[in-house]
Amino acid sequence: MAQHLCGKLLEGWDLNEETTHWILMALREALANAIKHGNAQDLAKRVHLEMDVTDHTLTIRIQDEGAGFDPERVVDPLAPENRLKTTGRGIFYMKTFMDEVRFRLAEGGGMEIVLTKDLTQGKQKEEGD
Amino acid sequence: MKTTVREAAGGVQIVDLKGKITIGAGDVQLRETINHLVESGKKNILVNMKDVTTIDSSGIGELVGCYTSVTNKGGKLKLLHLPPKISDVLTVTQLITVFDVYESETEAVGSFAS
Repeated sequence: MAQHLCGKLLEGWDLNEETTHWILMALREALANAIKHGNAQDLAKRVHLEMDVTDHTLTIRIQDEGAGFDPERVVDPLAPENRLKTTGRGIFYMKTFMDEVRFRLAEGGGMEIVLTKDLTQGKQKEEGD
Repeated sequence: MKTTVREAAGGVQIVDLKGKITIGAGDVQLRETINHLVESGKKNILVNMKDVTTIDSSGIGELVGCYTSVTNKGGKLKLLHLPPKISDVLTVTQLITVFDVYESETEAVGSFAS
């Protein structure tokens, strides 16, 4: 549902298929992170999602209701000792495919992740380019 | 996700995957399929990714976990027909250097003998 809504939001920006694909992957990773790690899969806890486009920039805000975490302590999946770990790549993918990823402990608890992407990049090529 | 297992020359097990390998949709199924093969004594496994439409960090994690469990049992797990976006996802995390990846099934099956 969230991906469908995001796809709808991106319609009209003439983005190439690849850019849209990576944005939707980053969104999926952030939501999975909030549900699995933030809320620890507690069905009583919610995930709050806001998406908007302002001044050609897509902003996605996702807030969980968990205890939060220190983003500085997330392991580097590229480090040789972590390369064969089965977890720890979600945030890396978000950072790879979006322009900026910010974390903050939200007032009242929970972690907020804000993903941004400049939509003037990743446009489809004009005919004849 | 749909999983089909077929046997090729030399007892190589080819696992054809179709659909998504994402959190809650195919990730556990992949692990169970590979674990079942390993527990049955099948050590040479070729995972055909041709019809995988989407993968996420959870699916990548399962793929890495399968690679480790097969390797720890003295076997080999290799990949066949990586779609470009899945190749990109493996490349940015430098996992592309971990897996042996093939474009030809014949060549991939033959590689287990060497």
